[in-house]
Amino acid sequence: MIYLDNQATTPLAPEAREAMLAWLSGPESAGFANPHSAHSPGRAAAAAVEVAREQIAALLPPGGRVIFTSGATEAINQAIGSVRSGGIAYSAIEHSAVIEAALASGLPSQELPVDAGGLVDPEAAFAPGTALVAVMQVNNEIGTIQPVDQLARRAYEAGALFLCDAVQGVGKIAAPEEADFIAITAHKLYGPKGIGALWVRDGVEVLPLIRGGGQEGGLRSGTLSPALCAGFGAAAALAKARMEADFQHLSGLSALARGLLTRWTANGSEVARWPGNLNLRLDGLDVPRLMSELRDIAFSAGSACGSGTGAPSRVLTAIGLDARTARGSIRLGFGRYSTRNEVAEACRRIEAAAIAQGA
Amino acid sequence: MTADSLYLDHAATTPLLPAARDAMLEGFAIWANPSSPHKAGRAARAALEEARARIKAALAWDGEVILTSGASEALMLALTRCVLSVVAVSAVEHEAVLRYSAGAERLMVDAGGLIEPTHAARAGLVAVQQINNETGVIQPLGAIAAAVHGAGGLLLADCAQGAGKRALPDADLIAISAHKFGGPVGIGALLVRDFAILRPDGGQERGYRGGTENLPGVLALVSALEQGAEWLDSAAQLRARLEEGIRAGGGDVVAAESERIAAIGAYRMPGVSSAAQLIRFDAQNIAVSAGSACSSGSLRTSHVLEAMGVEGAGEVIRVSIGRETTEAQIDHFLAAWRGIAA
Repeated sequence: MIYLDNQATTPLAPEAREAMLAWLSGPESAGFANPHSAHSPGRAAAAAVEVAREQIAALLPPGGRVIFTSGATEAINQAIGSVRSGGIAYSAIEHSAVIEAALASGLPSQELPVDAGGLVDPEAAFAPGTALVAVMQVNNEIGTIQPVDQLARRAYEAGALFLCDAVQGVGKIAAPEEADFIAITAHKLYGPKGIGALWVRDGVEVLPLIRGGGQEGGLRSGTLSPALCAGFGAAAALAKARMEADFQHLSGLSALARGLLTRWTANGSEVARWPGNLNLRLDGLDVPRLMSELRDIAFSAGSACGSGTGAPSRVLTAIGLDARTARGSIRLGFGRYSTRNEVAEACRRIEAAAIAQGA
Repeated sequence: MTADSLYLDHAATTPLLPAARDAMLEGFAIWANPSSPHKAGRAARAALEEARARIKAALAWDGEVILTSGASEALMLALTRCVLSVVAVSAVEHEAVLRYSAGAERLMVDAGGLIEPTHAARAGLVAVQQINNETGVIQPLGAIAAAVHGAGGLLLADCAQGAGKRALPDADLIAISAHKFGGPVGIGALLVRDFAILRPDGGQERGYRGGTENLPGVLALVSALEQGAEWLDSAAQLRARLEEGIRAGGGDVVAAESERIAAIGAYRMPGVSSAAQLIRFDAQNIAVSAGSACSSGSLRTSHVLEAMGVEGAGEVIRVSIGRETTEAQIDHFLAAWRGIAA
């Protein structure tokens, strides 16, 4: 199988897997204790959690703290749930987690449009009374990089907080410099599923979403998994060390794919784009047929979460594509472990299958 | 654990079972997103749904299973999204329940830690745990469920300490956590009798829980469940030996007359504070606890022991037995206990 769906999830890095193994041990070792226990095996587990927290914090801006969560969805819900009054403004191409949480908050919401390139206008006007502005760093469907630092500063000027969903960007490009909340998840960063984090700038009030035993300083209850934390931490450390090399690798793969898929048009800005994502459209393309004909190539037609709904992509609609054109689009997601041979083979076969369709 | 260290804090968390570890490692290889439509995603989806069916079979549960990050999240979902508001909870619930039921009535427990089933008869959501995490006391959930249902209410049972060890109670909503029965930390579930009693919130898990599913965790959870609980029979003998030794040394057994799970016991050492005991046990590489792990480090008296009116509650520690605990380890612990009590 050729896996070109690295925005949906990434394979677990061997280094992350290795870091987890020590904390997945059986009764013969102490590597299983509850990190909230006061005894010495508990304290050893707590120390591993703190090492991981520092590794993750190193990918994020200084002056904040990392709260472990079960993933980015929980982190986003916690950030949005911390807003008690005022309005919430979010870009039209946010992940469903942001939009659903904003709507569920019961607070007035404002959708910030994007241009044909999939970018939010950094000068976009926020509605009076806006308390939180949420704009993602890198879009999960079209890979566009938003002007989040400018938007964050504008939010501050308006007296609002800024939430950045950095799921697709963290560890891959520099972190946002300005934000109050940053939501991330391990499994898009070659770490394990089931763990993520909410970064909160010092001094910003955050409310718990899951209450109970009072872990994470009372901000997120539930026993923390030293294994998941260690895997996340190792993945973060690796991403930091390889950020430039990974970026160059992905840039090369993206250029290779574009060179082979010359008839296709990129969705979203050609300039403000993260090279691990290539969202392409071809007039008249039948994507379900293409996918069924290329079963051993894993690519997608939008976000994994939105798949199966049959509705045209909300993101592609927001950049102005009509339903038919949006349905003729595919997402190729390259990753650290994608090879040039794999990408070349996949692109040639995609192109051949598209031609055979008459597209 | 190394040869000279002794872990008797299995109620806080218990080692990952080898079978669960293997299942988790296999799960790492099925890493595609179960919501992806391609072949790899569909394979992950199939593995997830097969695991869900196995969870139902292992628990003899014919309702729905919503996978969560653990019991705290499962309880939060139940308490915030049930179609009935929470009206009553037992006074000895875990904090994960108490924090979401501030306005609900507290159902008092007797000196044995038990609630009177008829007091639970309410037309709203009632939460009563299956097994207390500090004392091991087993609530009469069959009678409690009958009382709640008779009154037109719904019962939420926190089964974090009982799932994988005892049959599930006749509750409408049940929270479980894998790492209490030999699965990994970071995965649990909310069992729901019928989706009609819970309001959806969008996202994965049929709209009841957003977030990419933790398939390796789910596979390990079900593998741990399938390992069975026959070990509790020998745990009962170990516990009897432990309690005989503690009583002989001048100690008290909390809720001795109540039905209790063999894995958990709470013991008072008169004249020695629980904090002092913990420090001295820890110095001898013996891991036990004072109450729940979550509250460790706080000097607050346990709300559970307080609700029961336990005399000398500040001198009580929890000893919890696991699958691998041996008679020699119990004797080792008792020797240390006598040394500290002396």
